[in-house]
Amino acid sequence: MKMRKVLWFALLATLAATPAWAQNINAAGATFPYPIYSKWFDEYHKLHPNVQINYQSIGSGGGIRQLLDKTVDFGASDGPMSDDQLKQAGFRVLHFPTVLGGAVPSYNLPGVTGELKFTPEALAGIFLGKVTKWNDPAIAGVNAGIKLPAEDIVVVHRSDGSGTTYIWTDYLSKVSDEWRTKVGKDTSVNWPVGLGGKGNEGVAGLVKQTPYAIGYVELIYAVQNSISYGLVKNASGDFVKASLAGVSAAAAGAATSMPDDFRVSITNAPGKAAYPISSFTWLLIPAQIQDAAKKAAIKDFLGWMMTSGQQLCEGLAYAKLPKEVIAKEQKAIALIQ
Amino acid sequence: MATAHTTVDAAGLSWGPRALLRRLRTGDEIARLVTLVFALSTVLLTVVLVEQLWVNSALARHRFGLAFLWSRVWDPVFNQFGALPFVYGTLVTSALGLAIAVPLGLGAAIFLAELAPRRLSDNFTFLIDLLAAVPSVIYGLLGVFVLVPLMRTEIQPALKRTLGFIPLFQGPAYGIGLLTAGLVLAVMIVPFIISVSREVLLAVPRDQREAALALGATRWEATWKAVVPYARTGIMGSVFLALARALGETMAVTMVIGNNPRIAASLFAPGYSIASVLANEFSEATGNLYLSALIELGLVLFLLTFVLNGLARLLIVLTTSRGSGVAQA
Repeated sequence: MKMRKVLWFALLATLAATPAWAQNINAAGATFPYPIYSKWFDEYHKLHPNVQINYQSIGSGGGIRQLLDKTVDFGASDGPMSDDQLKQAGFRVLHFPTVLGGAVPSYNLPGVTGELKFTPEALAGIFLGKVTKWNDPAIAGVNAGIKLPAEDIVVVHRSDGSGTTYIWTDYLSKVSDEWRTKVGKDTSVNWPVGLGGKGNEGVAGLVKQTPYAIGYVELIYAVQNSISYGLVKNASGDFVKASLAGVSAAAAGAATSMPDDFRVSITNAPGKAAYPISSFTWLLIPAQIQDAAKKAAIKDFLGWMMTSGQQLCEGLAYAKLPKEVIAKEQKAIALIQ
Repeated sequence: MATAHTTVDAAGLSWGPRALLRRLRTGDEIARLVTLVFALSTVLLTVVLVEQLWVNSALARHRFGLAFLWSRVWDPVFNQFGALPFVYGTLVTSALGLAIAVPLGLGAAIFLAELAPRRLSDNFTFLIDLLAAVPSVIYGLLGVFVLVPLMRTEIQPALKRTLGFIPLFQGPAYGIGLLTAGLVLAVMIVPFIISVSREVLLAVPRDQREAALALGATRWEATWKAVVPYARTGIMGSVFLALARALGETMAVTMVIGNNPRIAASLFAPGYSIASVLANEFSEATGNLYLSALIELGLVLFLLTFVLNGLARLLIVLTTSRGSGVAQA
């Protein structure tokens, strides 16, 4: 009897502790921004104990699918939704850029010190399987002073579908017509050459282990794990080493031509400091939200994310949105009805 | 645990209302129904699984038809999908795994069951059963960090030097690839073969050994000619269990196979297995046709397992009928 009383008491206590107006919001999608999203949702929950946002990092594809099936309140994706997908949705979906990411070329050249520079032509050639030796003029031409070995290049790419692959192939599609027509851009593509590693850690591990290998990893992963990487020539002809500032600069460069729906690729963006292999990652939010409380909570969260939320980015090595983009996004919040 | 007045067995059930009532009262009928439901639920599970795979792959099946099975292109960007490289990779790695694991496992099982002292055998078996419980990602990590560098720097160059005239052992030594995946699979499935085969060998009646010894056979001859053939069905069973695990293994294979959907003559070349591509691409597959093609790959894997299991059963029937001393194990 005593036991039962205790249990009842415990049950009542839990019920009392949960605010009756608690607003649960479910979201799912991209894995790349998961660390910053979970930080945001957690901090926001501390400020607004009645709002609980549950985010499942199941991948961009899953996020889009669940949004279309209406099993989540909003989705998240590393690539913008295609026109087909938007049409298929049957309801209007708004894109809100949240943070920025980039992909960097990482390589393993035994005996070579000094940072390599890559032209867009060299990167496209290597990943198309046309530039096969490290001392190929396409690479050696811009790396005077570095003695490059006459060894075969081992190409490493992501095997799992990923936003990083999307950024990388989007960039290669912009700088190489051959890439665009033969391979194209997506979260997984039909790679002309190379070995596939699972995840950033898989690619980085393979590159580290395999002499004369080159692969691409997410900038944040490279920064956090002190992986060295090369410089890439940007649209204005400068060789830029990827950094959070360089990625933000690419977004600022693209902000002037930003379409109203924010579905824009910022690879190969103009600007002297812009790092060319950069991209936004987006929250996908339905323009019509029936539940008034839910709508208010989501709109308020978006506003917070664009101001206070952005301050948390650099602690987790994400590139912040430039203020031009934030100003435009803040206006777009009003579109949620 | 049968009580004294219920002597009917499954084969000789007596029917009719009175008998039914009696069996209900004693609990036999209830037990029969409950266990029947359990058995049917597993069948139902399989049926629902196939049905779901079939329905959800409709888009890809209609678009590509049977050509899906022998098309070699897998291109999510241009929506071209074919299963052949994945089927090839799955079969080759599983076959390699079995080719290494079967002799090794069977040899170890014979030693443990027939030749080793009982106490040693029990301790060994305990350790081997532990191996079977290690999560596959651990095998994958060991593969990446230990086996891959070893393959690249030692084993593959050595194979190239000695057997390099065969196309199977040509090409650049990346360390990862079909051969490495096969080796990792071999390590993963060998505990199954040892564990099950040892149990089966231990279950062979003493008479079988004694008869052979009495005829003047040496200990090895008795083991190889009298005991092993008697246990053949069970040993085959252990091999098929191992094969099933090899076909469906995902994580460890993904980490070492190289994940490249191409069919190359060399075992050093990177390949791709069905389970690996599903694990890799499912979460980010956005297009409907793409998703449907992935599900159809799942269906192909199911059919592959089904066909191989069927062949295995056939093999058992064919071999046991040729007087191996065992009718039904």
